[in-house]
Amino acid sequence: MSAHPTIASGWSLGGRQARAVLWKDLLAERRTKVNFNAVVAFAVITLLLAGFALGPDAEALRKSAIGIIWLTILFAGVLAFNRSYQSELETGALEALLHYAGDRRAIFVGKLLANLAFVLLVELIVVPLAAMLYHVEMLRAAPALAGVLFLGTVGFVTLGTFYAAMASRVRAREVLLPLLLFPMLVPLLLAAVECSRAVLEGDVMGDWRAWLRVLVAFDVIFLVASLLAFEHVIED
Amino acid sequence: MTSSPVMTPASAVAPEARRPSPDVPAPSRGLARFGAVAFGLVVLSQVGAILASPPDAAMGHTQKIMYVHVPTAWSAFLAFFLVFVYSVRYLWGRDERNDRMALGAAEVGTALTALTLAQGSIWGKPTWGVWWTWDPRLTTTAIMFLIYVGYLALRAFTDDHERGARWAAAVGVFGFINVPIVYMSVRWWRTIHQVQSTSSSVDPVYRIGLLVNVITFTLLVVYLMLKRAESARLERALDAALEARMLGRAPSSAGDR
Repeated sequence: MSAHPTIASGWSLGGRQARAVLWKDLLAERRTKVNFNAVVAFAVITLLLAGFALGPDAEALRKSAIGIIWLTILFAGVLAFNRSYQSELETGALEALLHYAGDRRAIFVGKLLANLAFVLLVELIVVPLAAMLYHVEMLRAAPALAGVLFLGTVGFVTLGTFYAAMASRVRAREVLLPLLLFPMLVPLLLAAVECSRAVLEGDVMGDWRAWLRVLVAFDVIFLVASLLAFEHVIED
Repeated sequence: MTSSPVMTPASAVAPEARRPSPDVPAPSRGLARFGAVAFGLVVLSQVGAILASPPDAAMGHTQKIMYVHVPTAWSAFLAFFLVFVYSVRYLWGRDERNDRMALGAAEVGTALTALTLAQGSIWGKPTWGVWWTWDPRLTTTAIMFLIYVGYLALRAFTDDHERGARWAAAVGVFGFINVPIVYMSVRWWRTIHQVQSTSSSVDPVYRIGLLVNVITFTLLVVYLMLKRAESARLERALDAALEARMLGRAPSSAGDR
């Protein structure tokens, strides 16, 4: 798909296209807000249900808080990914998008960034709320925790955006996307939880370095793999 | 195995279309013979290994599940490796033969993984006292099983055949890339939380029996994969022939070999 005279102009065209897709998705979301509000509400109810399931012992809740936060992010985020293609499929806009000249990876990058912004915004509400509900002291370690949340979310959103490009176009998409996505996320979940724990509770053994490497490696490997494979997935 | 010229998919359609056209090829007899031989060899090597091995010092006769467990686990992994290889080849050249092989390997591999997990639990209960531990091999096998269940579900839910093949290939490649990452991360996770997993070396008395069974089992699994790929080919040839008949013209490219 490289009908561009030079690589440099191809890059800048791809960059502008990706930005256009990102802008379109964010604008559509901002104007409706239906999706965002629903996903946040779902995340909040998940936090409360976890409290009921594991509480009322405050100490037990605090110990499980990190795991609950990450599970809530995964369960809430997965709702957003299908939606990100759904609106375009309903109106036939995806086909129009595919007919534009240029690199189709720009569509992936744009959608990836839009989903990343979406999930990070959800986290901005969910994580402080979890800190209050479960009595976890987070302010002290906020910058490091934000870094871990960001790295974990990048890997999650990368695979989520990639698999949703397929799952949103078949029957039973609501169940198919988590079925495809969640087994793939096991290393990411382990690394994200261990890094978050090291940040919040301290880590005498210094194991967090290994987990940080897993997190970064996971992000890089699947970002590259998704960019290479997206062309095959989206073409029709 | 099947020696009749009419394959089972034909019975799923209307009776008058049971013998749709001479363009649908018959299943390979050579493959059926290979399957019969492979199956016979598995039976022989199983019986041989079980009779020849003395009861294990620690495990007694429970050890004998090794002769089916290790070959199953090994060939499941081999099958998923082949899914990866054929998926890459399919994405590269879009040759439908590679897609059929990937499908055959994925179905056989998923069934073998389920068997591996069941056998592991059956062995684990008397040996460790529990049906399940969070051992890296066990956990990775369970995650692998779920990844390929997703793969097969995606194939099943995708109506467009060519599209399903492309998507499945992408999922097959991603899933296999992830297997070592899952294994390493689960192992680290366990090491940090101080749980030792037991690993014991295999005595030479048992090793020969195990090796022979791994070889014969692999032959059987190769047969099953080829058989599934063949049945996929016949299904598609049949579809093409039926479509051609309904449109009232001669089939164009039914049953490419």
